[in-house]
Amino acid sequence: MLVLTRKEGEAIQINDDIEIKVLSIEGDQIKLGIDAPKHVDIHRKEIYQQILQENQLASQLTTDSINLIKNPQKD
Amino acid sequence: MNIDTVYFGTIEIQKEQIITFENGIPGFQDETEFVLLDLEGNPGFKIMQSTKTTKLAFVLTNPFLIDPNYEFKLDDSSVEQLQIEKGEDVSVWAIVTVQDPFDQSTMNLRAPVVINLQNRYAKQMSLDSTNYHTKHPIKGGEHYASSNT
Repeated sequence: MLVLTRKEGEAIQINDDIEIKVLSIEGDQIKLGIDAPKHVDIHRKEIYQQILQENQLASQLTTDSINLIKNPQKD
Repeated sequence: MNIDTVYFGTIEIQKEQIITFENGIPGFQDETEFVLLDLEGNPGFKIMQSTKTTKLAFVLTNPFLIDPNYEFKLDDSSVEQLQIEKGEDVSVWAIVTVQDPFDQSTMNLRAPVVINLQNRYAKQMSLDSTNYHTKHPIKGGEHYASSNT
């Protein structure tokens, strides 16, 4: 991992088209401004992680689980 | 073309049926092409099957049938990514995590699948600033969904 030190108002440039700027620092909170092309999806990491985990759970489909949907009343 | 599926064996699909997730979906970034398949006997649900990975499929449902007040804002960047021109071209689905017994199943309202029916571009949204989470109960909804479609 590349580690950089930045001050308020300073930025990081990634490739030609992504800029991440430190807008403000207050206590333990840092406000970041991110400029990136529209095709780049930006997520809060913990939320992305939740979605990823739920997708993995949801993908564990078997013939049995699909039968459950087809006949939900049978249990 | 023919594809192999989790549930339906080998089936023939038309190229126009394919929906494209340009960046895949979280956890499955190499999976960019899926088809939506009907589930005989329960029209409230669909199977979203990967065209390249037989074992990979998801169950989708219409979130509005289960939560009629469900709402979120489609951000400009997604509108542009999916090249959405009209609201009526947008189709919204929730991914279901199936549990046994079935009424313990949940749906992910935090990360709906949005499809532009015009060009069949799709993406899984990440609604960062909502109260919706990844595990909403669908209990009761399957009957409602069945009787309404």
